[in-house]
Amino acid sequence: MVSTSLQTLIANRRRRQRRYRSVVSILALLVVALFALSLAIGQTVTPPLEVIRVLLGEQIGGASFTVGQLRLPRAVMSVLAGLSFGLGGVTFQLMLRNPLASPDIIGITSGASAAAVFAIIVLSLNGPFVSIIAVVAGLGVSMLVCGLSFRNGVAGTRLILVGIGISAMLESIIAYILSSAPAWNLQEAMRWLTGSVNGAQLGQAIPLLASLAVFGGLLLSRSRDLEALRLGDDMASALGVGVARTRMLIMVAAVGMIASATAVSGPIAFVAFLSGPIAARIVGSSSSPLVPAALIGAVLVLAGDFAGQFLLPSRYPVGVVTGALGAPYLIYLIVRVNRTGSAL
Amino acid sequence: MNSAMPEHTLEAHGLSTGYGTDNILHDLDLTVPPGRITAIVGANACGKSTLLRAMSRLLAPREGQVLLDGKSIHRMSARLLARTMGLLPQSPIAPEGIAVADLVSRGRHPHQNLFSRWTRKDDEAVDAALTATRTTELAERPVDELSGGQRQRVWIAMALAQETDILLLDEPTTFLDISHQIDVLDLLTDLNRERGTTVVMVLHDLNLAARYADHLVAIAKGRVHVSGSPEEVLTQQNIRAVFGLESQIITDPVSGRPMMLPIGRYRVLGC
Repeated sequence: MVSTSLQTLIANRRRRQRRYRSVVSILALLVVALFALSLAIGQTVTPPLEVIRVLLGEQIGGASFTVGQLRLPRAVMSVLAGLSFGLGGVTFQLMLRNPLASPDIIGITSGASAAAVFAIIVLSLNGPFVSIIAVVAGLGVSMLVCGLSFRNGVAGTRLILVGIGISAMLESIIAYILSSAPAWNLQEAMRWLTGSVNGAQLGQAIPLLASLAVFGGLLLSRSRDLEALRLGDDMASALGVGVARTRMLIMVAAVGMIASATAVSGPIAFVAFLSGPIAARIVGSSSSPLVPAALIGAVLVLAGDFAGQFLLPSRYPVGVVTGALGAPYLIYLIVRVNRTGSAL
Repeated sequence: MNSAMPEHTLEAHGLSTGYGTDNILHDLDLTVPPGRITAIVGANACGKSTLLRAMSRLLAPREGQVLLDGKSIHRMSARLLARTMGLLPQSPIAPEGIAVADLVSRGRHPHQNLFSRWTRKDDEAVDAALTATRTTELAERPVDELSGGQRQRVWIAMALAQETDILLLDEPTTFLDISHQIDVLDLLTDLNRERGTTVVMVLHDLNLAARYADHLVAIAKGRVHVSGSPEEVLTQQNIRAVFGLESQIITDPVSGRPMMLPIGRYRVLGC
């Protein structure tokens, strides 16, 4: 004997699950489609069959270079950076229960970017060393921001204001290093100021892939605890979550992912900030927005880079496009949070 | 529900703790009677909420310990503790737009882990919690659209879905109008009678505490001033010592329990 209320409950839960799965599938398809599009379309259009042959390793005059050397690394980098920014960003927003507490607003991305610029230009390092330094700097900045805003626990608004200040300071450090660099290069400068996937190389994907596997895996395995934290620290603790330890673990993972991505593509403006709220809007509050937000991050970077290269009158790095999208939303959010004081 | 439910013991021994440099609780001893309703009462800032936080692991003791079935709760796994003892904090946060059924489902958190999937048993626990709190009709509604009284019932439903033998509540009736206060206290009494749940709550209203609790604990200056049945605790001397208030104690004509009538400087006959 099953009561009707139980049947309704199960039916509604299944309906929500199906909805979540279809949202994730559609987003994943969108990422694949945009990825394929950015391989096939550029200054010239490469027929799909040729793209596939290049991917399979065949040498084709012209196509091997444009698809294999130019477009593929760029598209791979866009996907990996987008996933990292999306996942890292939404983690912070959920953990601190505030959409403004995104790593690109509270200075963590700027910290990683400043460290990467310093490592590359001043120390002449490259490859995984840059990523490691960026991750360490990202962790350092997040601890600094938390430390400076600590007063009987970390409160959201204070942390955000402190973070915005630190972020502004770090951005001026980036500008200073760039302007005192011997070989001034606009492309490079744009990368570290707003983020870009110009001149991406496949080799750079490896540290990013590793950080996604380790840190991303860790975050996804903790997504249930993160959902409990959304109900408040006390409630999470009552539900059996070790709050302090979980928070620390989640923060290290999210910073690690954001900083690894920043070390390669620069702080692609507002991708971390935008992905979470878009994901939450699409999946609702019933399911964890982690996976959808990661996929939306990839969509934003792929689409933003494509638009920046081919849809606008001149060629812009991806960060300019995502920045133009993100800024109005930031203003809207500040106005709204100011009125209602809402969480994600 | 389950009459053969094991009765857990919960006690504090020599508990001292607080925030910042000063202790709020001083060498406090307390035993919670199993299977009964206990209300913690006292003046503002006497340490009632701090006591509840320390009993539920939100605040670590500086000295002494809190024992559940003889074992220190601060040395138990958080998940295991959460299967035996639930807590409704004073201001939990509902994610924007979340549906009632989803919020209540979160109460199943300690019963799940990375590999276990949502099972029939979880659905049944949620259904039972919704039924017990009369929130089945609200199941698909967003929590932020509910009234204060409905919302409090939903939070209690979530704590019920956790299926713990002990439930701690920090002022579950604050911000509710009187009819909803009674509604919540009736609901907790149902829970205590039907499931045998041990209920421990901080209450502001002394008369409601005396009416609904089997056991009262009066806190003053970070210590248990007196504890026992409402008749033992609600006396003129105790009210004077705990609240610094003159009063008269009569028998509540509705419940037969003691009732405190405060005596202020005005509106007192014969003055």
